[in-house]
Amino acid sequence: MSTILKVSGLTKHFAGNKHGLFSKADAIQAVDGVSFELAQGEALGLVGESGCGKSTTGRLITRLLEPTIGKIEFEGQDITHLSNNNLRPIRTQLQMIFQDPYSSLNPRHTVGTIVGTPFNISKVTPEGGVKKRVQELLEIVGLNPEHYNRYPHEFSGGQRQRIGIARALALRPKVIVADEPVSALDVSIQAQIINLMKDLQKDFGLTFVFIAHDLAVVRHFAQRVAVMYLGNIVEIADRDSLYSNPKHPYTKALLSAVPEADPDAVGARERIRLTGDVPNPINPPSGCRFRTRCWKAQEICATTPPALLQVGKSSVACHFPE
Amino acid sequence: MSKFLDVKNLSVKFNTEDGVVHAVDNLSFSVERGKTLGIVGESGSGKSVTSLAIMGLHKGSRAEVTGEIWLDGQEINQLAEKDIRKLRGKKMAMIFQDALAALHPYYTVGNQIAEAYQVHNKVSKTEAKKHAIEMLDRVGIPEPQKRADDYPHQFSGGMRQRAMIAMSLSCDPTLLIADEPTTALDVTVQAQILELLRDLQKEFGTSIILITHDLGVVAETADDVLLMYAGKAVEYGNVRDVLKNPQHPYAWGLLTSIPRLTGDPDKKLAAIPGIPPSLISVPSGCAFHPRCSYVSTVGAACSATIPDLLLVTNTAHHLVRCHLDVKNREDIFKNQVVPKL
Repeated sequence: MSTILKVSGLTKHFAGNKHGLFSKADAIQAVDGVSFELAQGEALGLVGESGCGKSTTGRLITRLLEPTIGKIEFEGQDITHLSNNNLRPIRTQLQMIFQDPYSSLNPRHTVGTIVGTPFNISKVTPEGGVKKRVQELLEIVGLNPEHYNRYPHEFSGGQRQRIGIARALALRPKVIVADEPVSALDVSIQAQIINLMKDLQKDFGLTFVFIAHDLAVVRHFAQRVAVMYLGNIVEIADRDSLYSNPKHPYTKALLSAVPEADPDAVGARERIRLTGDVPNPINPPSGCRFRTRCWKAQEICATTPPALLQVGKSSVACHFPE
Repeated sequence: MSKFLDVKNLSVKFNTEDGVVHAVDNLSFSVERGKTLGIVGESGSGKSVTSLAIMGLHKGSRAEVTGEIWLDGQEINQLAEKDIRKLRGKKMAMIFQDALAALHPYYTVGNQIAEAYQVHNKVSKTEAKKHAIEMLDRVGIPEPQKRADDYPHQFSGGMRQRAMIAMSLSCDPTLLIADEPTTALDVTVQAQILELLRDLQKEFGTSIILITHDLGVVAETADDVLLMYAGKAVEYGNVRDVLKNPQHPYAWGLLTSIPRLTGDPDKKLAAIPGIPPSLISVPSGCAFHPRCSYVSTVGAACSATIPDLLLVTNTAHHLVRCHLDVKNREDIFKNQVVPKL
């Protein structure tokens, strides 16, 4: 499989508070040296807790945010610092689905306008006209094409997320970055949207970056999974290796914390309880960033940041992998 | 064991411009002392409205609350606002999903807990503050002496939730209602908070009503489960019975649609078709029938009459509201649902 997107050493530092007139602002190290490759047609899951940098990574890839350091290559072309004008043709290939189906749709535009906007922006006229294509798209995502003239508030959360998906599909992109696309939805609706996105991936050969905090959801969608903690990728592996044989202590802890809807599983599984909270990204711990909550931490963890190295079938950034 | 909380035929209606919203319809359940009841349902199923009704928080709004709510042998639905205020905080307390919105941003965390304590106990300010620090320590806030003087925004999400638990437990209530207490939290922090609730329950013997949409959280914490759909109980029973031997098609749908950490990940999730109904125009008959795959097995009854909440045969306390007869239900569960689990 060919590589469609390559990210190397991607870093984003946001400017935080200033502590005096002439002092430098704090750097919030949201994403710090993230590298991965995305193969054509695969779905890569990006998981982690809030503040781990998974959404920032998604926004950097789609160039909604400007990277501080690092490189993003799309189909071999360096797009890290392309200007908006030069980016426009790339954006038709690289689309995004957002978490909140309420705030990501303009309430004053009809569904037809919302889904048709990508055509206007990129000045493309689809065969048979915009309206026909929009109605086709609505049908693809499971909405009634006759609802073309309705407004977002007339739809439920799940239906709105379908509108967002139709908009992302409009220009037939190659890569879709989906940022927590189902976390705002009810359980029964969540499954509908996951199934829809899976079908679309198959039918259109789409490549997905699927960002989520729910490990069970990611397991059902992605073929490869990267686990992030405080701006770093701590483990990246194919799905089966990651879930059945987690190598990084954090991955292990994260998996053991997921509550399962099976009374027999309660108590049967090994429990790892992490203490404390995720540290502040303004001043992350030295060495390995997970060491303050890790039960395996030794002296070396405080001094040397572990590199992402191959262990078995996984790549792990840990001095003492499982 | 004694029924510490006994809710009988609770209904909550809201009169709106668009019509009457039947948020909760003829709901009955009970909670024993020291036990946890999980109320599960999707948005709009009436689970939060139920909890607000128990706390008497619909008083003064346009809601019409009928039915009986017995708390420790006292009927509280008919109580006047000033009387129920004496119970709130002392006998029953509530924690909310969004701790940042529930805590006052202008007062320190310690102050807020101390104030709650002072309302119900005749103590000096210093003593109340001391108690607040003790409570913060009890819920696992590091350096409680120092952190008591922090404002809510200086706490992390998990710590805010802990602070709210400290406040709700400061007067040692016998009933704690937790409305989606961990939904806004990360999984590792969620595990901490659920464990904390379990420990505190053991220590204080508190009865807990845990409102959630997450069946995993229920499996880990609840003794009983009440499954709600469109304002009605559709299934009610022991957590093991409901999750291992579910009887209602909606319960089947939920259990087969959740992504799990075990089983074949490439298998298609069995999503429930359609969307939850509007509570202004609830479907006739069984409210779930437009989304139910087994209507054809039963026939016209599903859309004509509302099924009763009946005891499942051979169980002590497992109720289900469905027209499917016993044989069909067993067959469908065994042959169509179990393979999808």
